[in-house]
Formats: sequence, C-alpha cells, structure tokens
Amino acid sequence: MPAFPRAAAVSTRDGGLRANLRHATHTIRAKRAAAVAELDDWERLRAAGAAIKDRTLRHLDHYLVRLEENVTRAGGTVHWAADAAEANRIVTDLVRATGEREVVKVKSMVTQEIGLNAALAEAGIRAYETDLAELIVQLGDDLPSHILVPAIHRNRGEIRDIFRDRMAQWGRPAPEGLTDRPADLAEAARLHLREKFLRSKVAISGANFMVAETGTLVVVESEGNGRMCLTLPETLISVVGIEKTVPTWQDLEVFLQLLPRSSTAERMNPYTSMWTGTTAEDGPRAFHLVLLDNGRTDTLADRVGRQALRCIRCSACLNVCPVYERAGGHAYGSPYPGPIGAILTPQLRGLISPLEESLPYASSLCGACYDACPVAIDIPEVLVHLRERVVEGGEVTVRGTRTVIKPARKHAAERALMRTAGWVLDHPAALRHGQRLAARTRRFHPRRLPGPGRTWTDSRELPEMPAESFRDWWARTRGGPTATRPREQAS
Amino acid sequence: MRVGLFITCVNDTLYPRTGQAVVTLLERLGVQVAFPMAQSCCGQPQFNTGYRHLAEPLMRRYATAFQDVDHVVTPSGSCAAMIRDNYPRIAAKAAAEGRGDAMSEAAAGAVAKTHELTEFLVDILGVTDVGAYFPHTVTYHPTCHGLRVLRLGDRPLRLLEKVRGIELRELAGAEECCGFGGTFAVKNPAVSAAMGADKARALDDTGAAAVCAVDNSCLVHIGGTLARSGSAVRPVHIAEILASTEGSVL
Repeated sequence: MPAFPRAAAVSTRDGGLRANLRHATHTIRAKRAAAVAELDDWERLRAAGAAIKDRTLRHLDHYLVRLEENVTRAGGTVHWAADAAEANRIVTDLVRATGEREVVKVKSMVTQEIGLNAALAEAGIRAYETDLAELIVQLGDDLPSHILVPAIHRNRGEIRDIFRDRMAQWGRPAPEGLTDRPADLAEAARLHLREKFLRSKVAISGANFMVAETGTLVVVESEGNGRMCLTLPETLISVVGIEKTVPTWQDLEVFLQLLPRSSTAERMNPYTSMWTGTTAEDGPRAFHLVLLDNGRTDTLADRVGRQALRCIRCSACLNVCPVYERAGGHAYGSPYPGPIGAILTPQLRGLISPLEESLPYASSLCGACYDACPVAIDIPEVLVHLRERVVEGGEVTVRGTRTVIKPARKHAAERALMRTAGWVLDHPAALRHGQRLAARTRRFHPRRLPGPGRTWTDSRELPEMPAESFRDWWARTRGGPTATRPREQAS
Repeated sequence: MRVGLFITCVNDTLYPRTGQAVVTLLERLGVQVAFPMAQSCCGQPQFNTGYRHLAEPLMRRYATAFQDVDHVVTPSGSCAAMIRDNYPRIAAKAAAEGRGDAMSEAAAGAVAKTHELTEFLVDILGVTDVGAYFPHTVTYHPTCHGLRVLRLGDRPLRLLEKVRGIELRELAGAEECCGFGGTFAVKNPAVSAAMGADKARALDDTGAAAVCAVDNSCLVHIGGTLARSGSAVRPVHIAEILASTEGSVL
C-alpha cells in the first residue's frame, strides 16, 4: 500500500467517488445529529460509555477469564489467537473439521482485519458475505471503504452492474432486466442470499459485545442476514477482538443506546441477536469463540493510545471527517478507515511501513471526530501522540515486550528544519533579524515556491510580506526597554 | 488589570495589521496593553507535527514572558487552544519522563490567564458592542480550534452583530474545516487543497465582500485559495473589523 498522501492524491481526483461520499456522509451526518439531539442525557451516556470501556480495559485479564468460564459452561469452546495467522489457522481447522467447503458470514470488521476470507479461500473454503454492502464489495472484487457502509463509494448504477455481471459466478444470478431501484436491488440480493442461508452448515460472525457475566455474544444489525447466519447453521464460529468485552448486561444498556444513534442514526437497531453457548434442538449445535489479540494488548500498554480500544465501530467519526470525505476509505490501507483507522491501524500493526507512519498525519486535527465519538475517544490527542512516536521514536510494546523504536528515517530533513525553526523562535533577536531580512527582500520573493513549499503554491497564493513586523511596529510607536528602531520606515 | 498581548509568530511576521487592530481596539476599550518582547511562538507547529520536545522551550518562554500580567490576550483561536489544551499535556509528559513539576507550574500559570480575543472581550471585559463600524457584507468562518477546543460558541457572532454598518451573511457548511491544519497543508496537499476549494466555493456563494475568522493561519490558506480561484471575497481578521470605526474605516 502506498502512504496515505499518495493514495489520497489519486482518490481525491476521482469526481464520482467524491460525489458518492459527499452525498452519503452528509446525509447520515445530518440524521445522526438529529437522533443524538433527541436525548437530553447524551453527554452523560457518552461519559458512561467511556468509563465502562476504560474500567473493563483496565481489568481486561479478569473479565476475559470470566467470559471464557461462562462461554465454556454454556457449551461453547473458547480459542485464543495471538495474531491474525493464528486466528485464521484456528478458524480454517474448525471449518475443515466439519467437512464443509463453504461458510456464510455475518459482516465482521475483525475478519477483515485478519484477512480471513483469503485464508479460507487458500484452504479451498468459500466464504459468502451476507451483509448487502459486503456482498456488493465481494461480488465487485473490491475492498470495503467504510466501517458501517462498506460499499459507500458505490452508487446505485454501479451496484446494478455488479449484480448483473457477477451474481451468476457466485450462485443465483440476478433477475432479468434488473433496474437500479433500491427495492429491486435488495430483492435481487435477498433471492441470491436465501439459497446460501438455507444450504450452509457453518457460519462465521464477529460480535459487537461479549458479556462476561453470562458468556453471551451480541450482534446488532439492520438486515436480518445476521440472525439467519446465527440461527440456521449447525456450527457457529465467532471471531472477536478481546476489547469487545463488557462486564454485565447492565453495561449493554448504555452501548445499545450509543451505537445505533451514532452509526445509523436510529433510536434502536432493527435486529439485536444474542447467543450464549449452545442449546439442544435450537440454533447451532457447536459454538466456537475465537478471542483475537492481534496487537490489542500492546495497544493497551500505551497510556494515551489505549483509548482507541474503546471504539465500538459505529463510524460516526468517518461520517464527520473532512479528510475521509475527500480521500475515501481505500486510501487508509486498512479495513479501519477514517479518523479511528488513522489511530487504530498504526497501533494494531505497529509503525511498520510508510503507510502506518503516514496515517497519524492524515488529519487536519479539526476535532470533529472527537465531538462525534460516542465513547469520547480524543482522536486528535492520539494522532499527535502517534506523530511524536513517528518523528521521535520512543518506547513501545511489541508482542508484550517493551522496546525502543527509532524515529522514522524520512523525517530527518523535517527534523533539522524544525530544530532550526525552534532555535530561531527561542531567540527573539534572531527571529526579528529574520523577519527584517524577509521584509527587505520581499519584492524578490517568488510567487511560486520551490522544494517542499511547492505543495503550498500549487493551489494557493502566498500572503504578501508586510514591510514591518508587528514587533518592529510596536518598538517604533510604543518604545520599550528592548525596542530598537528599524532601519527602514514602514510604508 | 495588567493585560499582555500575545501576538503569535504568524501575526507578528505576516499580519502586523491584526496586532495593530487588537491594540487599537483594546485601548479604545480602556485596557492598557503590554507587549513583552521576550515572547515568541506558542510551539503549536512543533507539537502538532510530533516534535513535543521542541515545543518545551517555547512553552517555558511563553510562561516567563507573561508571568507579570493578569491576562494574556491573543488574536488566534488555535494558539490559545494550543496553550490551554496542550500545555498541560506537555507538562504531564515531562513529569512522566521524570523531569519534575516545573513544567506543570508553567503550564498551569499559562492556561489560567490565556484568552482568545473574542473570549476576552465577552467574558472578561463583558462587552459585545465595541463601538465598531464596518460598512461591508461579511461572512464568518468559525475555525476548528476556536469552535471545538476553546468552545467559543457564538461569541464572535455576538460581537459582529453589534458592528454598525455590517451586513452578515450565512456560510453553508460553516463548521467544516477549511483544510489548513498547519503542516497538514504541506503533508497532505491534495486533501488540503480539496477541502480549501470546497470552502472557497461556499464562501463565494455567500456573495460577501469579506470572510472573517479568529485566526489568520486559517485565513492565509482560505485567502490563498480564494485568490488563486480569482474570487472577490477577501480574508480579514475579526480584530480588524472590531477595531474599525467611522473615523477610520478599513
């Protein structure tokens, strides 16, 4: 993946993409604001959500053990996966053991994160996405670009073409003469998917929450495909990040208010499915829970960065982010795009390549994401914290071990420039000298800058240099102990 | 009441007129203004780009330069936000690195007395009518740090509404970032320019003669984008509008 600025430079030029994203994010943004405004205790709910998550994360070891005990007691089997490769191996082996060659999937961010579909394909197992938007992405041989609306970058016409051209290769073909009416598109997807729900013996899901006190998993969704997957198959495998744990059912009450209003601007999500272990004659006969770490414990070790683990994947931050709106989700090089992706991806993966190093800079620090976040993650604070790690290096935890990383190499010139500027700014006499030099030579300043400054003058005019700095004006007109008269008169 | 003016490095170097307007305005309101020459930059460019340690000497310099005044006024929402929001963070990290509490004391002092200009006028002086006259159509762009860190709310608009002769125009999508973001404009030029172009279009649609804000750094990006597109809308700092009177119209 190229670094964010390069990928964004390409996607920003895509007028169609810009229009699709602008329309979608602005629509959902307005609806969300209205849904949130309905509650007079929103700020208190938000604080409660943050507090529950923080407390749970502080004692995560304790709650995970409780969760495992209760899942096991209810007839489920718990597997622990340290990283993506281990999680994929566990799931692949579990599917193989059933003798099945295909699985249905409930939309899940964490299986995107670990690349499960590709791992299953390598093992000869076909995974069918059943969420409408995930289906569009899968049929289009595309990547998701939004946490909640993975196909947000596609419009109706594009979706009709994808259904018409690709459905037959994956199962039931699209009906003849398919139009781009939303109801027709939904019906085509429904018919296509129904076959798979009724045939598949194995389902794979994620979870929005895991309740430690009873070993219960929770999925909230809008289409009902999730409930089909969670109830019809014989084997259910749920892959869930360890940070999704909440201690009690009472805690759920807070999140089941925060999540739908923040994500789909609904008072309540249409389907809330909860499952606890196995029950004879009802639902899956085998239930496996794969608890995924994949960088989460390392993230937890960082006092500032750990707040990213509060995230409930509502995508409110994406929908208000001006950078996401222009660059699109693919530029972030991860299933987690937008502001939360910019802080989550470099922490989960580590600052391992120019892409991860560029993500903390993929923000103007406007703060709209922090205001929108239902669990009050101070995303700008974490962005700056991670920028510091990029340019200054420092202590991090990698796979449980404290280690010191070096500053990113490509920042050497910038660091030198920052140091020089820092010195000048800390020496007002030198600053004043520089200001006067700039003022005296102002007629010779180029209109277009060379070098790194070119990125400024490519799209904007430079401000005009004044003949006299404020400091010199003050000294000249008001005097003062350190005042000296400038050599030239102000115009 | 001893009031110090923190002019900020951008205003000092590029926008002396804004500083002159602040002095004119405050003196008209009976405030005696001191300008400590030892002041410099707040350290925001360094801190926000990841060079926290380079912001430390500038934070100390700020605290020392203004230690003798009761209030510091600055015509910049983002510099005030840097001081109020990030100085305590810098201090806490220095303490966590085992470098004592000196930075915390410096931060606490700086945070308590720093005010963005419109905040100072409305909250400390308790005025909204500053006796200004500005016979032009104007639209207001609320800058991100003023809006979301300082929570300036409608203070700037309450001041603008009392300006005689002014005609205020609504700005569509006013609360959206203009795309400047300090070094963001250089590190992510494509996205920054796209954001700036959208903001410039919204500003053009207002038909106003001028766009004002509490920050010249946002205005340098907005103004540069407007100028490149040949727009007639001119950027102007809110201090210059508030300082303008019938005797000396801008």
